[in-house]
Amino acid sequence: MGLLDYFRSSRQSSAAVAKERLQILVAHERSERTKPDYLVALQRDLLEVIRKYVNVDPDAITVNMEQDEKREVLELNIILPEDGEAKKALKR
Amino acid sequence: MARIIVVTSGKGGVGKTTTSAAMAMGLAQQGHRTAVVDFDIGLRNLDLIMGCERRVVYDFINVINGESTLNQALIRDKRCENLYILPASQTRDKEALSKEGVEKVLNELSESFEYVICDSPAGIERGANLAMYFADDAIVVTNPEVSSVRDSDRMLGILASKSRRAELGQEPIKEYLLLTRYSPARVKVGEMLSVGDVQEILALHLLGVIPESKAVLNASNSGNPVVLDEKSDAGQAYLDVVRRYLGEDVPHRFIEEEKKGLFGRLFGG
Repeated sequence: MGLLDYFRSSRQSSAAVAKERLQILVAHERSERTKPDYLVALQRDLLEVIRKYVNVDPDAITVNMEQDEKREVLELNIILPEDGEAKKALKR
Repeated sequence: MARIIVVTSGKGGVGKTTTSAAMAMGLAQQGHRTAVVDFDIGLRNLDLIMGCERRVVYDFINVINGESTLNQALIRDKRCENLYILPASQTRDKEALSKEGVEKVLNELSESFEYVICDSPAGIERGANLAMYFADDAIVVTNPEVSSVRDSDRMLGILASKSRRAELGQEPIKEYLLLTRYSPARVKVGEMLSVGDVQEILALHLLGVIPESKAVLNASNSGNPVVLDEKSDAGQAYLDVVRRYLGEDVPHRFIEEEKKGLFGRLFGG
């Protein structure tokens, strides 16, 4: 870390740091709050089923619910492993 | 029909009881019949802040259990004839506070009062949940400090989902932000979150800002709600809050650092 960085980082006030931390935290906690209760269970079950066929990482699945005035969108995102790894998993 | 106001925060020690006492006294002084109810079962303190601790005979739980009538338990304030205090129970178990019991007492209070202020305990347990459950308005007391702001946001989530209004699908509880223990000088040098910062994070309507003030401890020492100390900054700020709550257009004060005169500058105020 250079001298310049030292001065740059010290320029941000503690209140600014607090605000930034709170904004991130509150946004995260609010999104958790608006999720229906069943999403966690759904994510767990989906993971179980998919893992019967493909060896995905537990973190490779995200389930999200988004809501606007007219509709609700259930978003399911699965990151499949690279070809080689998937085949390995199937052979097992 | 009374308007039911909950004074809540999630976090402890931010000024809920101080605010409940000041709001209740302020509303009563403006001519409105007001009752203030202590929901902190087992840790009664509103009586002390209101200065009526030696006049407690019956309490909230006695009324719920039918051991006394509501009128026997209500303490009439000696300074203001429009103001009554319903103290919390000190010794009994918290289970005694039932939803049906609270509803019964609030309904009865609603018949003869214009405003019922519910002083919530800290936390998100039974007392806090029941204090906000029947509310029409919520005053969310927040300090400009990270844990208080976070807990306030958590409380907002609970107000929006666990209240009677939410459960019945009625118009949601009106939520107001009251920022307490505010120090404009520290905000100015970047040591404290500003009003704007907190409003931006919580996205709440600002009811008022109460400056950090010696008057608050003096008030609780003597058992006089701080709003009675008309000369003090905090007393004036609470009076502004009451008038604003009642719909008056009162400009916000105590947000900027007070300009020191020559005398103040010379002697460091």
